[in-house]
Amino acid sequence: MTMVELLLPKNSRPTEGKVWPKPAGANNLREFRIYRWDPDDESNPRIDTYFVDMDDCGPMVLDATLWIKNNIDPTLTFRRSCREGICGSCAMNIDGTNTLACTKALDEVKGVVKIYPLPHMPVVKDLVPDLTQFYAQHASIEPWLKTDTPQPEAEWKQSPEDRSKLDGLYECILCACCSTSCPSYWWNGDRYLGPAALLQAYRWLIDSRDEATGERLDNLEDPFRLYRCHTIMNCAKACPKGLNPAKAIAEIKNMMITRQL
Amino acid sequence: MATSSAPGQNGSAYPITDHTFDVVVIGAGGAGLRATVGCSQAGLRTACISKVFPTRSHTVAAQGGISAALGNMGRDDWRWHMYDTVKGSDWLGDQDAIEYLCRNAPEAVYELEHWGVPFSRTEEGKIYQRPFGGMTTEFGKGTAQRTCAAADRTGHAILHTLYGQALRNKTEFFIEYFAIDLIMDSEGRCVGVICIKMDDGSIHRFRSALTILATGGYGRAYFSATSAHTCTGDGNAMVLRAGLPLQDMEFVQFHPTGIYGSGCLITEGARGEGGYVTNGNGERFMERYAPSAKDLASRDVVSRAMTIEIREGRGVGRNKDHIYLHLDHLDPKILHERLPGISESARIFAGVDVTKEPIPVIPTVHYNMGGIPTNYHGEVLTKKDGNADSVVPGLMALGEAACVSIHGANRLGSNSLIDLVVFGRAAGLRARELVTPGQKQPELPANSAEMSLSRLDKYRWAKGSTPTATLRAKMQATMQSNCAVFRTGEILEEGSQAIHDVWKAMPDIKISDRSLIWNSDLIETMEFDNLLIQAVVTMDSALNRQESRGAHAREDFPNRDDKEWMKHTLAWADEAKGKIDIDYRPVHTYTMTDEIEYIEPKARVY
Repeated sequence: MTMVELLLPKNSRPTEGKVWPKPAGANNLREFRIYRWDPDDESNPRIDTYFVDMDDCGPMVLDATLWIKNNIDPTLTFRRSCREGICGSCAMNIDGTNTLACTKALDEVKGVVKIYPLPHMPVVKDLVPDLTQFYAQHASIEPWLKTDTPQPEAEWKQSPEDRSKLDGLYECILCACCSTSCPSYWWNGDRYLGPAALLQAYRWLIDSRDEATGERLDNLEDPFRLYRCHTIMNCAKACPKGLNPAKAIAEIKNMMITRQL
Repeated sequence: MATSSAPGQNGSAYPITDHTFDVVVIGAGGAGLRATVGCSQAGLRTACISKVFPTRSHTVAAQGGISAALGNMGRDDWRWHMYDTVKGSDWLGDQDAIEYLCRNAPEAVYELEHWGVPFSRTEEGKIYQRPFGGMTTEFGKGTAQRTCAAADRTGHAILHTLYGQALRNKTEFFIEYFAIDLIMDSEGRCVGVICIKMDDGSIHRFRSALTILATGGYGRAYFSATSAHTCTGDGNAMVLRAGLPLQDMEFVQFHPTGIYGSGCLITEGARGEGGYVTNGNGERFMERYAPSAKDLASRDVVSRAMTIEIREGRGVGRNKDHIYLHLDHLDPKILHERLPGISESARIFAGVDVTKEPIPVIPTVHYNMGGIPTNYHGEVLTKKDGNADSVVPGLMALGEAACVSIHGANRLGSNSLIDLVVFGRAAGLRARELVTPGQKQPELPANSAEMSLSRLDKYRWAKGSTPTATLRAKMQATMQSNCAVFRTGEILEEGSQAIHDVWKAMPDIKISDRSLIWNSDLIETMEFDNLLIQAVVTMDSALNRQESRGAHAREDFPNRDDKEWMKHTLAWADEAKGKIDIDYRPVHTYTMTDEIEYIEPKARVY
C-alpha cells in the first residue's frame, strides 16, 4: 500500500474560475459556485460562479443546474434523467453533502449553493464522475436470485413477513452517494466493497427465496471486502432514499459470526 | 475489434472502432434487457448499448405494477385481460398481438419472480395484485385485481432484477454510448448501428445480423411530461431517418395524475388502492363521467374528465387549474406498505402529507402508444409494394419505441411493463430462429458511417444563433398547447404551422461545447433533433385523423368512425423537403388462435 495522501495532487486542486454575468432584468438572484473540469486542456479544475434568476427557476438544485445549462452556459456538464429521485443519475456533492440534485430543495441550502462532483472518484468532466469501479463492485456480489430447488411452475412462495425483510434494501438506486461519502471507501475503495454493494449483498442474503447464503458469505469473508466498514455511518446519513447500509453491513457481520458458532 | 479512420468530415477525421455481434440491442430498459438476456441464452453473441447506465433507464420509474391474469386475488382469465386491452385500445389494437400479450403474460411474470423481483405478497405468499384502470373480470362485469406490484416501485424492482440477470448471463454492455443512426444496406436490410462513446468521443460501428431498438418513448417532445429527460425516442427518429414509417403517432397518453407543477408521476395504483379525485366543489366528479368504473376508468377517460372540470371553472387552487387526488381517507398502514414511493414524491414535490391532505394533480404526458410498427415477434414492418405487413430484415423494435400494436389508441395502466417483458422475450425467441451464432456477415456498405458522422459533425460545429434550449422550448410549448388532451382542426393547423417553423429553424441552431468528451450539449442537440422530427410527425398525424378514438380526442369530430378510420396511420418524414407523408395499414381484425374470437367493436363505456 502506498502512503496516504492527505492533500489533493497539485493538478487536482481547484482554482478560482469564471464569474458568469448576472442574467439581465432579474431581481431575485441566487449565487451558485460549481466545480468545473475540462478534460481537453491541461489546466486545473476551477470553481465557476453563476447567478440564477430564482423567479424563473424550479425549487430543486437540479432545476438550477438545468437553468444554468439552458440559459447561461450549455457546456456545464452533469448526469440527469428521471428528475424524481428514482434513477440515481444526478448524485453530486451539494452544500457539503452527497445527495441527488433532483430531490434536494434549494431552500434547504443556506446562502451560496456550492456544488462538487461525488468525492474521491475520478472525474470525467465537471460533475460527471467515473463510476466504473463502483458498478464492478455491485456486480461482484452477484445480484441475482440463486436457487437449487427445481423452480415451481408459478411463483416461489414468500410470506409477507419474509418479504418485509427486503424493505429498506431493495429500494437502492445505485446513486453512489453512500459509498463516496465513506472515509473507509475513500482509503480502500479498490478492495473494500463499500456500503452500496454490501447493502445489495445483504438484500440477497436475507431473501427467503435465495439458497446460496453460504456461497455469498464466503465471497465476502475477506479482511477488506466486508470488514473495512468501521461503522462511521456516513452512508446512512447520506442516503437520499433513507436507507441504512451500515445496519445491513452489521447484519452481514452478524451472519458471519453466527455461522461459525 | 479494429480501428480505422473515417473519411474526414468538415476537415476533421473521426477514428472508428469496429465491432461485430450476432445481435445488437439498443436500449437497456425493461424490453432491451429482457431481449438481451433472451438472445444471450440462445447462444447469440449479444451487445447491449445504452446512453445511460441500465438501472437509470426510464423503466425504473414505473410504479403501479405489471398486468397478468394470475388469479391470485380472485378468478381471472387471460381472455378477460384481452377484452379489457382491446376495449382500452378503442379497437385500434391488433388482436393477434393482444392475444399473444395476454396469453404469455403470466409466464413472463413468473419468470421475473424466479429471477428475484421482490413482489409484494398475499397472506398465502403469492404475488400481490391490485386493481387498475380498465381492468375487469367477465368481459367488463366486475373489477379485476390483475396488476402485480412490488409496492409502488414495480419498475425499479423489475429493472434492477433484469440488470442482475444480464450480469448473470455475462452481457457485453456498452454503457454511455449514444446511438446516432442505423446502417441500412441497399436492399433495405438493417446491418448495424453507429454510436459515439460519450466519455471519449470515439466512434463505434456495430455490425450485426439483427439490430433491436428498445429506445423508449419521446415524452420530452412536450413541456410537461412524467417522462425522464432521456425519453427522447432516439430509435423512432433513427427509423424515420432510415426512410421507414412510424405508426399511430397521434396517440399520446396523458396520465391523469402528474403532480401539478413538477409533472412527477403519481401511480394509478393510488386509485387502485382506493384513492379518488375531486374538483373545486369537493365533488367526486368521475361518477358522472364513468358511472361504473368511476376513478378506475381508462386513463384517456379520466384525463378528459379532469380537463373538462378545469375548463368549466371547477378546478382547485388559486387559479382553479388543477384537481385533487385524495388518499387521506386510506389507512396510513396501507399507504406505508403499498404506496411508500408516491407518499415520498408527494412530500418532496408538492409539500403534501398524503395521510392528511390531497395531492394537487393534472393530466400530464406519459406514454406514446405510437412508434415503430412491428408484428408480435418484434420484427419491424413497413408498407411496401402494397404489402402492409412487409418485414424489414435485420431490424426489431420493442417496448414503448414499438407499436405492435397492443395499446392501440390508449394503453391501460400496467400493460406497458408486461409489454416490455412479453415482447422482449418474444424477440429473443425469434432471434433464435433468425440468426445462427457466429454467422458470417457481409461487408458493410462503403458509406456506412457517412450519414451518422455528417450528422454528428454538423451539430458539433453548429454556429447558428439559436441555442438548442431555446428551440427545444419552442417545440415543447407548441406540442403542449396545440396537441394536448382535446384537439380541433383549427388548433392542429396552427400547431402544424408552428412545429414546421421550428423544424425549418434547425439550420440556425447553435451549440457551445465543441469537445468530444462527455459533450452533453452535443448529445442534447442530437436528442432534440430526434424529438423534433417525432413532434412534427405527431402533430401532422393528429391533424390528419378526423375522428375521436382513445387518447386522440377531436372536438370537431367527437365520435369514433370505424368505417373510415379503423386503420393505423403510417407516417414517413422527408427531412430534405420538410414534409410528412401519410398512408395507412389495416388493423388486424383477427386473433392469433381459435381459442378466442375477434372481439367486435362496440361503444366504449366505463
